[in-house]
Amino acid sequence: MAAPIIKIDAISKSFGAFKVLDGLSMQVMPGEKLALIGPSGSGKTTILRILMTLERIDGGHIEVEGEQLYHMQREGALVPASERHLTRMRQKIGMVFQLFNLFPHKCVLDNITLAPMLTKGMARAAAEKRAMELLDMVGLADKAKAMPAQLSGGQKQRVAIARALALSPKIMLFDEVTSALDPELVDEVLNVMRKLAAETDMTMLLVTHEMGFAHDFADRVLFFDRGKIVEEGKPDDIFRHPKQERTQSFLKKIIAAGHRV
Amino acid sequence: MIDWSGYLDLILQGALVTIKLTLMGSVLALIMAFLAGLGRLSRFFAVRALATIYIEFFRGTSIFVQLFWAYFVLPLLGFELTPLQAGVLALGLNVGAYAAEVVRGAVQSIGKEQYEACTALNLGRWQGMRHVILPQAFLTMLPTFGNNAIELLKATSVVSLISLADLTFQAQVVRAQTGNTLVPFATILVIYFALAMLISWGTRSLERRLSRGLDGVRV
Repeated sequence: MAAPIIKIDAISKSFGAFKVLDGLSMQVMPGEKLALIGPSGSGKTTILRILMTLERIDGGHIEVEGEQLYHMQREGALVPASERHLTRMRQKIGMVFQLFNLFPHKCVLDNITLAPMLTKGMARAAAEKRAMELLDMVGLADKAKAMPAQLSGGQKQRVAIARALALSPKIMLFDEVTSALDPELVDEVLNVMRKLAAETDMTMLLVTHEMGFAHDFADRVLFFDRGKIVEEGKPDDIFRHPKQERTQSFLKKIIAAGHRV
Repeated sequence: MIDWSGYLDLILQGALVTIKLTLMGSVLALIMAFLAGLGRLSRFFAVRALATIYIEFFRGTSIFVQLFWAYFVLPLLGFELTPLQAGVLALGLNVGAYAAEVVRGAVQSIGKEQYEACTALNLGRWQGMRHVILPQAFLTMLPTFGNNAIELLKATSVVSLISLADLTFQAQVVRAQTGNTLVPFATILVIYFALAMLISWGTRSLERRLSRGLDGVRV
């Protein structure tokens, strides 16, 4: 059996007096598609943000591809990671945000080519060629010269996905990527993600409230509540036959709120 | 009747000096503004402290005194400056201190999500600042930079006190030679105003050009 690509070991994280994560451990296998579901404030987004190094952990350890994310070896001891170490580790990980976070002053093409040119030393021509392939993949090849403000929310999010992919990460984090979209624009983004899951062997972690999509997309579903994994398993088991009472009541509420399962 | 043509020449020469001071002072002010403004946001305490001291000192003391220091006191310490150099130095450092706060405020006004996108794309601190944060923040700075430049233009008149023949200095020469007060002072009033309008117009059109495409209007 292969080694896990992400190994989270007893991490904790507080925001002020609020303990979001308390001794959480989990593992992700290479190529696995993982859906993280649960009520707001349950810590699922925090896990993605911690993996992207947008939040620091207060305790515990994380390994990515067998290497410590927040620590490094120095003279036999485990010490906090330097900025250089973090930069190297971040190359393995990409993230797509709920609110897209495109650069409003750059056209679509420049949004995508900026990081590969700056962080990987790619030549402009090569970076643009790769960007056009990615735009083609997300169905926006004709928008290369458009400014973000000229795009719909769904188009913005597809550009954001292409931008993250341009750095060829091994792990992609999707943080409620359809939550800010008008309902009729959700599918165009989900279709891109389906295609991505089918065509690549990237490891994907998805925080979502789209239960139907999580069901089709994920190999494994984790249900979070108050910073803990309450229940995990195959999508069919979690969505059709949840064992835990908290999972059942959460899913009931979600269905009552009109979300598709 | 006074023949004004020769005197107009004097005034125009003064206008050239004023324009030169304004341009050179603005360049220095811009450099200082970015150095000190970004310095205030530095991770390093020493850099922050240095930037803060510079800003508070030059905002907190009179530009007259700063000019006198540059021209009369620095030579005592071994730095001999021409009147033009002293004028540019005092004006640039003074206005740069105000503009530094503009830089800091504009950079801080850029949303957290832009910084997070930079981290997620693995850009270094300076790369993100240079390519993502500053280009957006610059647009916020521009109108206030225009104000600062106009302030600097008007402050150039202090250099007449160190015998630099700027617009105000020449007007006084004309007044002394012709005995007429109204004509020279009315003339320079109009010239200062015209120059200020030019700066306003320049910053506005630059702002329009840079904000193209940001508001979703197809261009």
